[in-house]
Amino acid sequence: MNPLPALVLLPFIGGGLAWLAERIQPAPSSPSRNASWWAMLATLIVETLLLAWITFSHPTSHTGPWLEHFSMPWVPTMGIAIRLDMDGLSLSLIWLSLILCFLCACLATRQATVKAGTFHFLFLTTLTGIIGTFLATDLFLFFFFWELMLVPMFVLIAVWGHEDRQRAALKFFMFTQGSGLLMLLSILGLVITHDRETGVLTFDYFTLAQTHLSPTLSMLLMLGFFIAFAVKLPIVPAHVWLPNAHTQAPTAASVLLAGILLKTGGYGMIRFNVMLFPDAAMYFAPVAMGLGVVGVLYGAWLSCAQEDIKRLIAYSSISHMGFVVLGIFTGSRMGMQGAIIQMLAHGLSAGSLFLIAGAIQDRLHTRDMHRIGGLWTAMPRLSATGLFFAVASLGMPGLGNFAGEFLVLLATWQVSPIIATVTTVGLVLAAIYALRMVNRVFLAARREGQPPLKDLSVPQMAAFACAMIFLIVLGLHPQPFMTFSAPSPLSVMTTNSLGGHVP
Amino acid sequence: MGEILLPLLILSPLAASEILFISAGRISARAVGTVACAGVGLSAVISIVLSVLLLSGPATGLLQATLWPWMHIAGFSADIAFMLDRISMVMILVVTIVGLLIHIYAASYMRDDPGVARFFGCMTLFVASMLVLVLASDLLCLFIGWEGVGLCSYLLIGFWYDNPVNTAAARKAFYMTRMGDTAFLCGLLLLATAVGSLHIDTVLAAVTNGQIAPSALNMAALFILIGALAKSAQIPFQTWLPDAMAGPTPTSALIHAATMVTAGVYLIARLHDLFAQAAPVMALTAVLGALTILMGACTALVQSDLKRILAWSTISQLGYMFLALGCGVWQAALFHLMTHAFFKALLFLTAGAIIVRTHHEQDIFRLGGLRHTMPGLTAAFVTGASALAGLPLVTAGFYSKEMILSGVWPAHFRLTHELTLNGHFLWGMALLGAFLTALYIFRCVFIVFFGKSGTTTRGQTSRLMTIPLGCLCVLSLCGGIIEMPTTFPPLHLFSALLDPAASHSHADEPGWLVLAGAVVPLAGLAVAWVLWGRPSPVMREMPGQAVVIRFARTGEGIDMLYDRLFVQPFRFLTWLTRHDILDYIITGTGRLTRTASTSVLRARTDFLGTLTLWGTSGIRETDRLLGQIQNGRVRWYAAWIAGGLSAGLAMAMLS
Repeated sequence: MNPLPALVLLPFIGGGLAWLAERIQPAPSSPSRNASWWAMLATLIVETLLLAWITFSHPTSHTGPWLEHFSMPWVPTMGIAIRLDMDGLSLSLIWLSLILCFLCACLATRQATVKAGTFHFLFLTTLTGIIGTFLATDLFLFFFFWELMLVPMFVLIAVWGHEDRQRAALKFFMFTQGSGLLMLLSILGLVITHDRETGVLTFDYFTLAQTHLSPTLSMLLMLGFFIAFAVKLPIVPAHVWLPNAHTQAPTAASVLLAGILLKTGGYGMIRFNVMLFPDAAMYFAPVAMGLGVVGVLYGAWLSCAQEDIKRLIAYSSISHMGFVVLGIFTGSRMGMQGAIIQMLAHGLSAGSLFLIAGAIQDRLHTRDMHRIGGLWTAMPRLSATGLFFAVASLGMPGLGNFAGEFLVLLATWQVSPIIATVTTVGLVLAAIYALRMVNRVFLAARREGQPPLKDLSVPQMAAFACAMIFLIVLGLHPQPFMTFSAPSPLSVMTTNSLGGHVP
Repeated sequence: MGEILLPLLILSPLAASEILFISAGRISARAVGTVACAGVGLSAVISIVLSVLLLSGPATGLLQATLWPWMHIAGFSADIAFMLDRISMVMILVVTIVGLLIHIYAASYMRDDPGVARFFGCMTLFVASMLVLVLASDLLCLFIGWEGVGLCSYLLIGFWYDNPVNTAAARKAFYMTRMGDTAFLCGLLLLATAVGSLHIDTVLAAVTNGQIAPSALNMAALFILIGALAKSAQIPFQTWLPDAMAGPTPTSALIHAATMVTAGVYLIARLHDLFAQAAPVMALTAVLGALTILMGACTALVQSDLKRILAWSTISQLGYMFLALGCGVWQAALFHLMTHAFFKALLFLTAGAIIVRTHHEQDIFRLGGLRHTMPGLTAAFVTGASALAGLPLVTAGFYSKEMILSGVWPAHFRLTHELTLNGHFLWGMALLGAFLTALYIFRCVFIVFFGKSGTTTRGQTSRLMTIPLGCLCVLSLCGGIIEMPTTFPPLHLFSALLDPAASHSHADEPGWLVLAGAVVPLAGLAVAWVLWGRPSPVMREMPGQAVVIRFARTGEGIDMLYDRLFVQPFRFLTWLTRHDILDYIITGTGRLTRTASTSVLRARTDFLGTLTLWGTSGIRETDRLLGQIQNGRVRWYAAWIAGGLSAGLAMAMLS
């Protein structure tokens, strides 16, 4: 039996169970009022076991680049099928998603007490959308999952968010939905071109990769994809939804947004922009790299001036995602691997920082760094954890972010030393915003009239410790991740050999 | 053997640090001190064992340990790899032994601080990072230690975080060194692109083979130099070090005097083959070093804070090392690095003991006459001061400074075909620096220990603190006799150790060079005695009113200049752009569209509304008029009928 459909559907089913669990146990004071939370935890555990089974049933000395394949006709007349494929890149990103979901489960989702069942249902549905996005190799199915992760996230922000949630949710929805339509146009354009050329109507990724396109058309179609991914990643002029959405979302949704949702943009760029349209992408690379540098500097610069702790982290995410764009469009394997490492490391560091910001907000009911004051005296554990992740996000060598940034910079240097030198300014700015936050929130004098605060509990620390260990391993020994998470090369030349890869 | 001991050397302080961080708040201050000292002590023992192993091997032998590949991809590879050769042997001995002495001292010094676990956690983490820095055989691995020590320095300067001044100083130190670090990173990227690996041996082999274009080589050397200058607080990055004195005194002794700030010196000494190929960069190094000597010494002369005097003195002494590196005598730089670590650690630790016993008084003009109340500390401080000034024959500082001076004299820089820079001039600057050094440190000695007593003192320096001081005293006095000037008995242990192949006679140097180097510190001492030492001192204080002095006291005004030039504009600009402009533009467009559409909508509804209104009122009016006709009077009806009939008839007739 093929595990991929189960992998996709399991969170959705689990979410349904969580929703039902709350229906059955509505009594607010009963001990099982966390039934939906338990349902979610169980779902995550089963999902992780399944993923572990998939991972370890394929030894690293695997036979082909693709680990798993699943195919089932869906709408045969239109050539739409349920095609799911897994390679190292999608597998590592799914692992990242699950780790972050566990962190959320341990630290954040329990706080959602209002309609907890619905909350968990939406949360897990988003996860389904994300995993589906990482696996789908049918363009129609990809688009379906791409939109699927959007809607529950919109509801999560709009219902459980903070003071200005409606506007933030609307902005998020408008931007991602609008750009998604462009992607749909591109998909249709590609499919129709392929149909005209060969007479075969199909949405299959591998078949479509062989379409011969004129340079102009190829560039147009690539741009459609690029804009959709650029909004999601985000690349600077299209980033305006992000600070608001990240700031206003409830903690768990912020983590999901920063940790994984942004990564779907990077994933899409690797999988669709660079691999479907290699020539157009190469032609477009200077512009994209320019946008990447602007993103690095602009995000870091604005992050230096924020007073809202979540907003600060949000802008720093923009800066880090600039490195991802830069790495992907250097056109070298080194840059792409750097971008992947950067995505994994950023998912962990920014996700954890959002969790810490959420923990602070739960206790002090503010995100304003002026009003938080020094926390080290009252909460040494939380502060030390925050310090660790802040240092990780400023790019300390030995932690994951540095490994990614270094590879990206090295690949960029080989293309253009000037661009790389300009980008390193972003590292100085990163030090400024990260330490500014540390010296406002953690290592600072205790503010007058601070209420008594409860430090993180031991299980919560253990959860954070896992993220820390992952970051250290990623920073000191990234080699296995680099070989493991490399995207399978399926540009046109290898597609022929992949034609017969059905298990 | 080396494969096991090398990682263990780093692991032992690292493990101590992890234990301290995890168990913070749960174990007593005494246990904390013990764990930290044990961790560093173990690595000191291991480093001695390793040195013995290395020295018993062949002269060019080295111990290597490649732990695991860091990243191997097409076009680039890096490993987590360590290597012990004779340069790094000197460094690990300095780091672990001086580090151990300072840890023992700090165990007593920091006993009563509530954050003692955090303090020792950072200190041991620092020792581990510093060991990574000096042992790494791959530049990228070295960079881990390079940034790691910067982080620990940041955490320790801002250790007492309750005072915003301290955390600001910590951030300043980190930002300034970080700028250098990014330059260093650029240098690494350049070398990695050119060579394909950052393994030090591979890079140096590529350099000597002429694989790298000269322009690229100069550029790489310049980038690395900037990194080293920032880390070692040389011009133009010198401003962070005096502020860094906000940290606890053991931190200043370990990080900001003995080890971390010398990392830049170590780096250039390690890559001396690369720098030897980049003549302009070498000249720049020497000139900046010489300028820093004079600037640091002059500034130290007008300071009134005991720790700041020592900080500026460190900057000035590091200038000597950079001068030596620039002139190509990196052995002398390392020798001075070693002796400087001894006597500067001694001076800082003594200063710390004094400060504790005088109720945290750091102003030298409020201290005074301390030789009566604390004779032991006076002896220690005078020992350190003599070594710093380089009093001839009896102190370690004399020999190392002499080695630098004799190396600078014959130096010769060929910048272009016409332009050459002679070492004699730099030698003169260094000699003037030596005079100033003796002057400022003995100014401090005479003001603090002689004269009328200024403050009340309390307590006794604990035993645990005196033992390290005693050890450091011995080292500052005798640590230098392993290397003698040529005119003395031919004892060249240190240079023979570092560079067994080279010949060790500076045959062409005139004999009076050594004499000059010996006389100048004595002259400085004499002048200091005349000015501040005699029973009725000529100058109790430099005329503090002079603008120059006030200017110099705040670090040559350069602090202010940087503040005006960089910090304020940066703050202003970030404040100005604190709201996302692009966000404004895009949401503004959205808002504009909405306004436009609502107004269009309103206009449309208004128009239609008016039209309907008119229509209905018109109909209503007509209705009313017609209604008035039906008034129920037969006469009117008859009249209407008659009128209508006649009108109809008339129309029928007339048409």
